[in-house]
Amino acid sequence: MLRYFIKRLMFLVPVLLGVSVLIFSIVHLAPGDPAEVMLGPSATQEEISNLREQLGLTKPLYVQYGIFLTNTLKGDLGRSIKSNAPVVEEILDRFPATLTLAVLGMIFAIVVGLPLGILAALRQNTWVDALCSFFALVGFSIPNFWVGLMLMLLLSIYIPILPSSGFDSWRNFIMPTIVLGIQTMAVIARMTRSSMLEVIRQDYVRTARAKGISDRLVLVRHILGNVMIPVVTIAGLYFGNMLGGVVITETIFSIPGLGRLIVDAIRAQDYPVVQGGVLFFALCVGIVNLMVDLLYAALDPRIKAQYRAAR
Amino acid sequence: MKTENMTLPGPKTGEREKRRSPWWEVWRRLRLNKAAMAGMAVIIVLVVVAIFAPVLAPKDPNQTNMKARLQPPSAEFPLGTDNFGRDMLSRIIYGSRISLYVGFVAVGIGAVFGGIVGAIGGYYGGRLDNFLMRCMDVLLAIPQIILAIAIVGALGTSLLNLMIAVGISQLPRYARVVRASALTVRGQEFVEAARAVGASDARIIIENILPNCMAPIIVQSTLGVAQAILSAAALSFLGLGIQPPTAEWGSMLSSGRQFLRNAPYLTFFPGLAISVVVLALNIFGDGLRDSLDPKLRQ
Repeated sequence: MLRYFIKRLMFLVPVLLGVSVLIFSIVHLAPGDPAEVMLGPSATQEEISNLREQLGLTKPLYVQYGIFLTNTLKGDLGRSIKSNAPVVEEILDRFPATLTLAVLGMIFAIVVGLPLGILAALRQNTWVDALCSFFALVGFSIPNFWVGLMLMLLLSIYIPILPSSGFDSWRNFIMPTIVLGIQTMAVIARMTRSSMLEVIRQDYVRTARAKGISDRLVLVRHILGNVMIPVVTIAGLYFGNMLGGVVITETIFSIPGLGRLIVDAIRAQDYPVVQGGVLFFALCVGIVNLMVDLLYAALDPRIKAQYRAAR
Repeated sequence: MKTENMTLPGPKTGEREKRRSPWWEVWRRLRLNKAAMAGMAVIIVLVVVAIFAPVLAPKDPNQTNMKARLQPPSAEFPLGTDNFGRDMLSRIIYGSRISLYVGFVAVGIGAVFGGIVGAIGGYYGGRLDNFLMRCMDVLLAIPQIILAIAIVGALGTSLLNLMIAVGISQLPRYARVVRASALTVRGQEFVEAARAVGASDARIIIENILPNCMAPIIVQSTLGVAQAILSAAALSFLGLGIQPPTAEWGSMLSSGRQFLRNAPYLTFFPGLAISVVVLALNIFGDGLRDSLDPKLRQ
């Protein structure tokens, strides 16, 4: 198990290195000179070139990348052009809000999506199935920013029971959680349904039924465990997507999180923040995928057995 | 890939034995799927609306009218007017052009480049394949929308850049689909035969590998257009896509947002339009997948 973990961890390194090259190139392709941005329109040519020198912008690009990479490995992502605060500090400041949102969104997605998919599969080809499946398809298709605005209209304006912005009480989190989780909820429901339909037809389920075990027990003992495996994979894959979704959610509900930090940084051409923020997102996605892999091995004894055999 | 099997002679059932193309079979199965046909009908209507927007729109979408600002839906303005007095119905009709255009071009970019990457990786295999797939992993490691935002941020906001950003962020999924098919096809006899008669690698990829990947590419693209329309609208909503005053659903939603309390129809209708298109594309894509691969249908 440990070997498996270490091997998966090693996979993360080249990917993150690739992400750092990619985001560095993207940011440095951008038109507009950071020195000019920092000094504003009133700066003289001399001031600008002095600052460029100071920031190391006159060095060749690969040297700049080398410096960026060494500093990053030391945990230094540079300073924000706008606020002059260390980028790491800015990110860690904003991260708790984003993480809370993403975790709540995932819980919502699983708690609603899983039963919906199970129900649809158990009542296959009935109106219950049609309704659940259509609901999932709608959840997958409507833009989440629109869901957010419509919820706000309904629950903050027409029937004012929930606050439309801020994040100091649990009531602030209800709408953002739904907005963030709705698409993943739909994906999980669809995945659960098709996975259920497959498992229900397996021989071991028929055997269990033939032994006279009650439907309920068959569902809990023999079906759900096997259904969970693909569902966990999908949920894990979508967690990254959901981290991206915070950009929208945070914008709509004015939550000061990581997503808004990046969007604001792009508008302000604050390139160290963009670079650091995107790299941090990739790190989070990588760690989540790693955890999913481990969970996957824990859920599916076949994978663990494979590992034992390989050793 | 699966289309191959469909041409194999099945049990003799008299007239059905006539040789029909596999695509005809797909179409026959698709026609039986009512939901998919409904989705297709909606898409066709939308394409017609987009093409004939100048004829269908009752007013000029960019004509401001300060005397008729923020009018609720009425006989004259069926979907109301925005804060510049522009007719919302006309703007939504014109907006369909941009959304469909962005959706199809972005998917075109993603499918063509992703397809090339996947075909080359799957066909040659080995280190090259490994390298290309690791590159795709890098793209997948960044949440799609964040990647698109970063690209738009670097290239600047314009219609073309929006399409490039959305296309690149979708690239890995096409690469994977095509690679998987290329891997299964590459060892088969007809590829070997082509190689034996001296066909170049490029020719084998174009004439033998790609046609066999068409089914999954088409399904993936249909669903991809839906995703691309959503992503593009999201970027415009964030102010990083299509800029006002161009009539685009995402940016209309974004500018209508500040009038949510007094003029909710400014956000309701553009969002509804996006939802309908995306829903229709997803339903159609699902149906298409089922009819291309009947084994998947349960």
